[in-house]
Amino acid sequence: MALFVACFGLAARLSPQFEAWRGARATGDFFVVLLGDQRRMFASTFYAKADEYYHSGYYPTIFDDNTAFQTAHMAEDTGAVNSRNQGDEHGFLGPKRNWIDAFGRHFFPDRHSHLDEGGPAESLGGSGEVKEILPWLKLSADLDPENEQTYTVTAFWLRERMNNVAEADAVLHEGIRNCPDSYEIFFELGRLYEESYHDRPRARNVWEHGMVLWLRLDPEVPHDRRPALDLVDGWLHRPMKLVEEQKNNQLVMEQLATHLGELETKERRWPQAIEWFEAAERVSLTADRIRLRIDDLKVKLGEELNPVLKPLH
Amino acid sequence: MRNILAVAGVVIKELYRRKDFYVLFIVTILICLVMASINIYNDAGIVRYIKEICLDLIWLCSLVIAVATTARQIPTERENRTLLPLLAKPLTRVELILGKFFGCWAACGLTLLCFYLFFGALAASREHEWPLANYLEAGGMHWFMLGIVVAMTLLGSLVFAAPSSNSTICFVIIGGILFVGRHLDQQALKLAEPMRTVVTCLYFALPHLEFYDLRDLVVHNWPPVAWGYIGLALLYAAFYMILFLIGACLVFRRKPVN
Repeated sequence: MALFVACFGLAARLSPQFEAWRGARATGDFFVVLLGDQRRMFASTFYAKADEYYHSGYYPTIFDDNTAFQTAHMAEDTGAVNSRNQGDEHGFLGPKRNWIDAFGRHFFPDRHSHLDEGGPAESLGGSGEVKEILPWLKLSADLDPENEQTYTVTAFWLRERMNNVAEADAVLHEGIRNCPDSYEIFFELGRLYEESYHDRPRARNVWEHGMVLWLRLDPEVPHDRRPALDLVDGWLHRPMKLVEEQKNNQLVMEQLATHLGELETKERRWPQAIEWFEAAERVSLTADRIRLRIDDLKVKLGEELNPVLKPLH
Repeated sequence: MRNILAVAGVVIKELYRRKDFYVLFIVTILICLVMASINIYNDAGIVRYIKEICLDLIWLCSLVIAVATTARQIPTERENRTLLPLLAKPLTRVELILGKFFGCWAACGLTLLCFYLFFGALAASREHEWPLANYLEAGGMHWFMLGIVVAMTLLGSLVFAAPSSNSTICFVIIGGILFVGRHLDQQALKLAEPMRTVVTCLYFALPHLEFYDLRDLVVHNWPPVAWGYIGLALLYAAFYMILFLIGACLVFRRKPVN
């Protein structure tokens, strides 16, 4: 009994000191203590598992041709991720090699489908089944809290197919806590504010913040408190030069700028809308379409200004 | 036939007297219930991950039961010196092998029945449906796969010295077939001769246990496989069972019993 009391007392005395000690491995995160840096490897495995669920089990193994699955389709379908996929996603198994291969294909999923399109049944009524990817995404986020894509993908499907906006909001805020410089998370949060809460001012704020974060990937962009539109203006007037991370994430930039442009258009603030669309045009692969949009906005701006300017003539 | 059934009956009794099955079954239930109790974004309808974990555990447990039960049958009889009195009775060596095989296989069938009933109940509690044809196919194919495993392990128990070495070798072979069996022919193309021919021959010769793995189809609610293909797969399994049992009978015929 005396020994027990002594042990308990010693533990109670040492515990706060141990927690305050910088070298302590027990940081409170179970996965960090258990797995160390290997947790990232497990996180990416579970992320791929979620994509496998998105395909109802039709997914290439390490022995198959996986060029069409380099970027997770569940992330690609959110519309905010640059795709690196090539090749035939429907036929990664290739032609039947022999009778064993041909016979074996009857016993595992052999058809490409997405859960949000109804899965193997291909009935859109079953599109809510996309929720089945969430456990693996949650596990992946727990294992690697610094992977921003996990939060955006989780939030997108929670909001889009499960109508669970509150949970999506919570996921994105958790993402911002863990990755405060992620423009992807701010883009998704802006979409949530705009499309689900119909709160345009907050959507504008977070999109503009996302835009600033993207622009500041370039060390030449000033890190002061200048408004996003001023930074974009400066960026538009400089020769086009993108750092590596900006090149890899042009789609997010295009989406941020386009959404801001659309938002300003809805509010009939034509000059700002034109500026945002010009920023989008600069990084877009479909610049022609955006140019048409800008021309249309310029016409509208002219129509609005004409009655004001006419008396001056 | 009566002799075979008598030996098989003893094997089944042995299964339910030992603790292996109960421990594995309870562990499976506990793990599945803990996983099912996790709150995933306040949605109680998410079920596929539980189905997958449950089926993975069922596969693992059934393989452990099949290999461990079969591997110790004949070595234990020899160790306990009961093999000689057993064969002194009107029981041939072939009947003994067949009795042991059917006993182990039936024992595996009984354990699978319990496991799949639990799986069905667990899935139905969330999905509110009972795709009986899918479960029947998955369970049946699984049972026939275990038949091949039992026959192979029985042959191994006559070839290898100890049950432990036999179990280990069987697990390595089964794991190898399940994970890379389907891709061996592709891998063979990357090798130089003569390994290419060896691996290609191996691909065509070994029993493709992965045919019997319908887990993905069950987990993701795919429609049932056409019964014609199931029938062919069962015939394929029966062929390998017979092949391994003939091998076991041939080896056992020349084996000293004491």
